[in-house]
Amino acid sequence: MQRVGYVVLYVILIIIAIVQIFPLFWLFLFSLKDNQQIFAKSPFSLPDHPHWENYLKAWQGNIGIYFFNSVWISAVAIVLTVLFASMATFAITRMKWKLSKLVLGLFMVGLMIPLHSALIPLFKLYLSVDLIDNPISVVLSYTAFHLPVTMMILLGFYYTLPKEIEEAAIMDGCSVNLLFARIILPMTTSVLSTTVIINMIYNWNEFVFVNTFISSDQYKTLTVGIQNFIGQYQTDWGPIGATLIISIVPIIILYIFFSNKIVEGMSASAIKG
Amino acid sequence: MNKVMSNIWMITLYILPALLLLLVLIYIPLGLSAYYGFLEWDGIGNMKFIGLDNFITGIQDMKFWSSVYHSFLLALFSALSLLAYLAISLILASNIKGSDILRKIYLIPMLLSSVAIAQLWIKVYNPTNGMLNSFLMAIGIDDPPAWLAEPSLVLYAIFIPILWQYAGFYILIYYAALKNIPAALVEAARMDGASPWQVAFNIKLPLIKGVFKVTIVLAIVGSLKYFDLIYVMTGGGPNGASEVMASYMYKVAFRSYDFGYGSAIGFLLLIITLMVTFIVRKLTVSDEEELQY
Repeated sequence: MQRVGYVVLYVILIIIAIVQIFPLFWLFLFSLKDNQQIFAKSPFSLPDHPHWENYLKAWQGNIGIYFFNSVWISAVAIVLTVLFASMATFAITRMKWKLSKLVLGLFMVGLMIPLHSALIPLFKLYLSVDLIDNPISVVLSYTAFHLPVTMMILLGFYYTLPKEIEEAAIMDGCSVNLLFARIILPMTTSVLSTTVIINMIYNWNEFVFVNTFISSDQYKTLTVGIQNFIGQYQTDWGPIGATLIISIVPIIILYIFFSNKIVEGMSASAIKG
Repeated sequence: MNKVMSNIWMITLYILPALLLLLVLIYIPLGLSAYYGFLEWDGIGNMKFIGLDNFITGIQDMKFWSSVYHSFLLALFSALSLLAYLAISLILASNIKGSDILRKIYLIPMLLSSVAIAQLWIKVYNPTNGMLNSFLMAIGIDDPPAWLAEPSLVLYAIFIPILWQYAGFYILIYYAALKNIPAALVEAARMDGASPWQVAFNIKLPLIKGVFKVTIVLAIVGSLKYFDLIYVMTGGGPNGASEVMASYMYKVAFRSYDFGYGSAIGFLLLIITLMVTFIVRKLTVSDEEELQY
């Protein structure tokens, strides 16, 4: 009896797994079909022969540029976010000053704020300093809005660092900068890599800042770019599927190699400790 | 030691870059959104102070209230879906072989951009060639609805991809919490003859209550902020049937160029979100768990 129950539960779990990945598999299928197959045959049929030219067509749009922009904008924002968040977390957890609790509170409240409430004033702010349609506005926004969650992941780790190490270092005449750059940062590499990967996913997938602040094709990232591309090819399913697959593959590859880090980062970003 | 680590210049140097970004790009704009709410302003031209007019317009604007209603409905669905995720996690955490790989598969949709998810599900819901209706027709349902074009269905149709996207995330959190329960506790209960149901309801669930409460806040507050998915899938339509607070704000500001009224809505969105956060936490979080965030 218990055995039967076990099998039933197992089957439920596997069905859920299929539900979670089947739409993506279906997406991959139609990315390799031409319209004739898509509209005339069952959506579940395999492509007669793979129409890789859909990918070529997708790439011939501006996808290459969008892809490149996603990469460099994400990368620059990640470096700034992780560096500034590390410095701030270091100052809050390791240095002694009166307002540290209050400042920490400001960052943590930042986790709850709906970014859309800040969107119009941000637009106006960037407009007044001539950063609209300039990728700097996107990089700055990514950095600012991802600082709180990055610091939240870092905090738990910084609290566990033993005080003795920095005491010894300071005794030996080590400056604060050296202590941070040479001792603390190297000790946090494991949690730093988690924050890098989490930020990578957030930045890669971000939509609303780019959609609001950027209007030229040359600065658009993949999320906004594919949105435009799809607008032009509304009835051409194959290239649309190919575009979506191109935007998804980097994240999936990342996940295959760093799934443990991503799982760790995802849970840490939700619940502290 | 103390002297070096409490040097005011060093502290300023380390905290300032992050703090400046936080204040200039988040807190000041939030404050300004209240101020802009008092203006008549098309985004480019002159700003004219019009007092409370925008906020009064908001209170009388049925479209705004219907977007608030839709946001709250999605928040309610999201909160309820947590129970399903919890049930799955209970199964997954009960020494199932391959639970690690299963939970990693569940998480995949969470890694995708909302734009990709929205575009994929537009295709899934396609009335004639989509995955869903093809399947329904194959099993003999002749006239399946055009899900995203049906005002009475569209909000539910949008909720399915949300459910799909977040399942892995919440299962991950519950799974971790369940695995944190000391095995000895569960063992002891079993020795005393407790059934798996009793172990689940009397031992495991009470022990992860704290985590569950945090996820309720996450789910509700997260839903009030939904934008990307809905903006791409339906743009709030048909006829406002899937409009939520953030998408309505966006439409008013960046499509109708009414930045003053848009700011007022943005500010109301902030107030509503903070109030709901506060109320939900008061209702769920007891004193000793305070500051768990």
